[in-house]
Amino acid sequence: MKAISKSLLAALIATAGVSLATLPAHAFRAFVSNEKDNTISVIDTDTNKVIKTMKVGQRPRGILLDKSRGWLLVCASDDNRVEVYDSTTYEFIKNLPSGPDPELFELHPSGNPLYIANEDDNIVTVVDMDKGTILAEVPVGVEPEGMAVSPDGKIVINTSETTNMAHFISSETHKTFANVLVDNRPRVAQFTSDGKILWVTAEIGGTISIIDVETQKIIHKITFEIPGINADAIQPVGLRINKDDTKAFVALGPANRIAVINAKTYEVEKYILVGQRVWNLAFTPDEKKILTTNGVSNDVTVIDVKKERAFKSIGVGRYPWGVVIADK
Amino acid sequence: MPNTFAIPPPSRRSVTKRGWALLGLIFATAIYMTLTASPSAAVQPTGTEQSSAATVSIIYVREDRDRLPPLSLLEFPPPNEGYDGAKLAVSDNNTTGRFLNQKFTLGTIIGLRGDELIKNVVEEAKAGIGFFVVDVTDETLLALSDALKDLPAVIFNAGSSTQRLREDDCRLNVKHTAASYAMLTDALAQYLAWKQWRKLVLVSGPKPEDKRYAESLKRSAKRFGLKILAEKEFVYTAGSRRADGGFEQVQKQIPTFTQEFPEYDVLLVADEANQFGEYFPFRTWIPRPVAGTHGLVPRAWHPASELWGATQFQNRFGRLSGRTMRDLDYAAWMAVRSIGEAATRTGSTEPKKLIDYMLSPKFELAAFKGQKLTYRTWNAQLRQPIFVTAPNLHVTVSPQVGFLHKKTVLDTMGVDQPETTCQAFK
Repeated sequence: MKAISKSLLAALIATAGVSLATLPAHAFRAFVSNEKDNTISVIDTDTNKVIKTMKVGQRPRGILLDKSRGWLLVCASDDNRVEVYDSTTYEFIKNLPSGPDPELFELHPSGNPLYIANEDDNIVTVVDMDKGTILAEVPVGVEPEGMAVSPDGKIVINTSETTNMAHFISSETHKTFANVLVDNRPRVAQFTSDGKILWVTAEIGGTISIIDVETQKIIHKITFEIPGINADAIQPVGLRINKDDTKAFVALGPANRIAVINAKTYEVEKYILVGQRVWNLAFTPDEKKILTTNGVSNDVTVIDVKKERAFKSIGVGRYPWGVVIADK
Repeated sequence: MPNTFAIPPPSRRSVTKRGWALLGLIFATAIYMTLTASPSAAVQPTGTEQSSAATVSIIYVREDRDRLPPLSLLEFPPPNEGYDGAKLAVSDNNTTGRFLNQKFTLGTIIGLRGDELIKNVVEEAKAGIGFFVVDVTDETLLALSDALKDLPAVIFNAGSSTQRLREDDCRLNVKHTAASYAMLTDALAQYLAWKQWRKLVLVSGPKPEDKRYAESLKRSAKRFGLKILAEKEFVYTAGSRRADGGFEQVQKQIPTFTQEFPEYDVLLVADEANQFGEYFPFRTWIPRPVAGTHGLVPRAWHPASELWGATQFQNRFGRLSGRTMRDLDYAAWMAVRSIGEAATRTGSTEPKKLIDYMLSPKFELAAFKGQKLTYRTWNAQLRQPIFVTAPNLHVTVSPQVGFLHKKTVLDTMGVDQPETTCQAFK
């Protein structure tokens, strides 16, 4: 009996290997963390199908790709660690120390170190990727959440959900040098490609603060209005700006929509209806598609970026949370 | 005189299962200690230490009261109930204050009654303290409000759900972070309507607070199209809380008591004094759920909520207090966080400025309820989603889907602006 199941397993693995090898070269793969299932769904963004479900640690949320090493990094929040997987073979490689309750993280543009927001401990942990050691712990506000690193690698941003600030941290000294008060429950921060502007979403405040990086001053606030949707339900969370800094796409949580924003004028141009409680989103590397994670409806919505229209929904695990997309 | 609370030292790491059990044991011991020891008056002023940071001083006020012990050993209020919530919020405020050069301190006025309590609070207010988070009787609250009328001070009512404090007896210098009875029973009624459990019967106790809860249930039933088919009062004589073998009699008494009710969907119970409601679930003549103060209970907080990022909040509270968070702790936390939020946004520690900011439409508070919370402009009640709960987990959160409002769906619960009888804010 045992032998049979073993050979069956081997056959399955072989089949999986073959199907992977036969993927067209241009196919991108999206990795979606399913917070409740402790899994990662791997999606082929050409066929819009789940091609693999990876078993990972408890409460996977933040997820990112280390392209230089070919690693997939997963914050296993309830296991208090960051898990490292091979992004092609899906094999487990190692754990990185993370400090307690890691939620979101960001990699230095050079590929090292890793900056982790420890939601339960009011600190940002700086981790050496190769040695697997903690380089520094930076005290920040209550419930650190979003992380961003400037394109030149000099500034690390952390947002704190209960303190309501974007903390500017020097990547050299590991000290905060500015703290910008934004609206309630800031979640995600992203720099524009030129590194001059920082966008910060505020989930409960319902706004996006546009911050001038040099002066650390808020120069604009984006607000939202959707006919028929209560203002309280419009909660900006995930955010992505395209490479030429012309358009931003923002997940609006329980409003079940993605806002399309002109990144030059900050005008909201359109709302795209997606699945329920949309958390996060990611561009395909060619920026032709966006995938969104919809926490309540357990699916991923695929958006055609040019048409600004949702055209496909893909069932994944329970409570899909984060998404990253690999080049190949 | 220092206060006599035993507060376990905060630990940085999560409390393990064994740790919780141990803390539970310590906590149970603490209960018995407070039950046997007569509470001594403990007034701890916030101190006058000098520091470079601008300071906001807050005082937690709890009145000593005679209360009958609850039926269940699990329902004894922990000794620091409420205070621990305020303490956590002060710690949260101080983490933020670090970046703004603001400091928050928490003093206590605990174990006093009536006039003596009011005298102490007024003295502190005259000394310049502007914020009092209170858990006192309704009578003391109103007297205190009048006594502070001409001082730049505000009272946060964290302990009372009584409706008249928000309506006929509302006061300009009182804010309510505790949910009102109307909000609680509306939250329950919305869920019963959603379930189509519309035929109700009501059992209420003899105490004034039982009557207030029962009245609120009736108002909510009417508001959401539910029918109360019959009502009965449960009369009891306060005696010994425990009696060995007491269950045999109760097991026979409750079916008989509920036998004459017409066919119904849900039995509502109004026992705010916590003297008999616990007897009703699983003992009714016909098998029906129980809701109200017992059974399915509407609450401002649930100690097991992990919704909307509350996990870390619950963890922080567990580390600080060695127990789970109750409604009073949550209301006190929201009061102190409101002060912190006003200080952060205005960049000021001046009580007058913060009080004005909290009254302005700009004020909003994030409090692990999935949306911003604001104070109603007509009576200073904090709007908030309400959990409808079973003991170990929430069953749902109201407002229910489909109950609409032109301003905010949160105003489908509680007394709305067109209905209010509060005049103080006009």
